[in-house]
Amino acid sequence: MTEVQFDDTLDTTGLSCPMPLVKARKRLEEIEPGQILKIVSTDRGSIKDFQGWAKIANNVALVDQETMTEDGAEIYVHFMERTS
Amino acid sequence: MLVTEGSNEKSSTELAPLEERLAALEQRLERVEAGLPEDKVALVVFSGELDRVLAAFVIATGAAAMGQEVSMFFTFWGLSVLKKESSLKGKNLFEAMMSVMSPGSTRELPVSKMNYFGVGAKMLRKMMADKNVSSLEEMIETAREMGVKMTACEMSRDVMGIQDDELIQGFESGGAASFLAESLRSRTNLFI
Repeated sequence: MTEVQFDDTLDTTGLSCPMPLVKARKRLEEIEPGQILKIVSTDRGSIKDFQGWAKIANNVALVDQETMTEDGAEIYVHFMERTS
Repeated sequence: MLVTEGSNEKSSTELAPLEERLAALEQRLERVEAGLPEDKVALVVFSGELDRVLAAFVIATGAAAMGQEVSMFFTFWGLSVLKKESSLKGKNLFEAMMSVMSPGSTRELPVSKMNYFGVGAKMLRKMMADKNVSSLEEMIETAREMGVKMTACEMSRDVMGIQDDELIQGFESGGAASFLAESLRSRTNLFI
């Protein structure tokens, strides 16, 4: 597994749609263009949601996504770059 | 490149009609671009049921998070979403009847199915809280924070006799044209 370098982490564990997006948006506004935000979520729908967002928006890019299991629960990790 | 005086004159006379066509094309492009949809989403909230209104706010806040400019137009039963309290002050008989039978705030919104005099709505709220889904009130607050524009339909507000002081602060009043001005420029339009 390749390690993605990131600049900030956002924990949205336990939150449901659309809050992971809403919180990620706010945090991305706080980091600098070119920096990468790591978003941790437990919402299964967040995989498609972050893909959809990256497809539509022109100021973010989805660098990588990972799914892992922690204590029997699925964790979804998204790496989003603020591109401008 | 070496160009003689004579050929220069010749080419400028040949270029004149081309330049005219280019200018005409540029004008046309400008008109086309002015009519293209922008990064906007426009929602009509006609319904006054908790489940439907929730759907509207999930889409509104999601779209705002994705960088879209979102406008919501509340009309008829949807006006209940903008209500903070019911008051019978200055209302005629029909208006008062409607007021008594309508939700006084978002807290009193029924569900569109299995409401059973409000038990269904309470159940849904509890189930949402158990799953850590934001409540409608939290979503409305989030929408406001994210700059979602909310417009109350002036005509239906007037027809239903809803007074300004029954509504929450921070909405605008408008009519069909104010909604259409947004929706005609939007990529997505929903009637909920």
